Amino acid sequence: MPSRSAFRAGVAAAAPLAVGVVPFGLVAGAGPVAHGFSPWSAVGLSTIVFAGASQLAIVDVLAQGGSVLVAVLAALTINLRMVLYSASLAPYLSHEPTRRRLATAYLLVDQVYALCIARWAADGGRTDERLPFYLGIATFLTTIWIGCTVLGALVGPAIPDDVPLDFAIPLVFLVLLVPILVDRPSIAAAVAGGAAAVAAGEAGAGPASTIIGAATGIVIGAMVDARGPTPAPS
Amino acid sequence: MNRIWATILLAGAGTYAMRASFLAFAHRMATVPPGLARVLRQIPPAALAAIVAPALLRPDGHLDLLQPTLVAGLVAAAVAWKTRNVGVTVVVGIALLAALQQL
Repeated sequence: MPSRSAFRAGVAAAAPLAVGVVPFGLVAGAGPVAHGFSPWSAVGLSTIVFAGASQLAIVDVLAQGGSVLVAVLAALTINLRMVLYSASLAPYLSHEPTRRRLATAYLLVDQVYALCIARWAADGGRTDERLPFYLGIATFLTTIWIGCTVLGALVGPAIPDDVPLDFAIPLVFLVLLVPILVDRPSIAAAVAGGAAAVAAGEAGAGPASTIIGAATGIVIGAMVDARGPTPAPS
Repeated sequence: MNRIWATILLAGAGTYAMRASFLAFAHRMATVPPGLARVLRQIPPAALAAIVAPALLRPDGHLDLLQPTLVAGLVAAAVAWKTRNVGVTVVVGIALLAALQQL
């Protein structure tokens, strides 16, 4: 059965990412409790908002006495990149019924996006294997994410400070970034996107830095791309 | 305590709307015009670099080129280039950063 093996392939692709998701989930669970919110609210954040960095930002804003509006805007600014992920994956799932796409959109997180686009952009593959692959990744990571949130909310972070496990998150994106830098447009998009994100952070853009960087990279990459096909600089 | 739940529901609804935005209309994107395809192609490198670069260049919230995170990240990039393996790259990167921080 192709869908079952594609699901398993998704789980296998996501397995190494657990090393980053476990500590992040523990922090997502322990953070709200440490700031005086209930363990249930930690679980609510991890299941309903379901986007780690924005969850930490929400707790940060509310714990400092900020309003609901400010907390929501901070979270949505951080999560704006989801629109880009949605646009990027949509052409690859156009054959799926709308109801199914709307259901699976709920599980669209950084790691699911990055692993799927790396695989689908490389060789498209069989269309009927795409959604099972997506669901294999998402099911595996979501289970760990929720489980570690609950654990973190009940027992605290429980990770020694001198092991920098949170570094696993950017490392995962680094592994997925390196192989897609294959031509001038993609290199231009990455260099401009990275530089603009850093510059925006230095300028005090805070949580908006990521989306500012991504948008800048897309514009620069598209401009380089529009100048016509160029050989890879090797 | 109601402030946290109001925030959770509003941020959750907004985040879901952003996740579903283009996927909801994917049936109209079966054939993507070349201009749009050109823009969509830039999303993976631009978005991933916008996450990775600040994590390596300003790990403590300010630009800093002489710190262990950048060194570990550059070595990890070389490992990623060679192996294309998530597990190997993550283990090497974290072990190197832990070792450099002990110095």
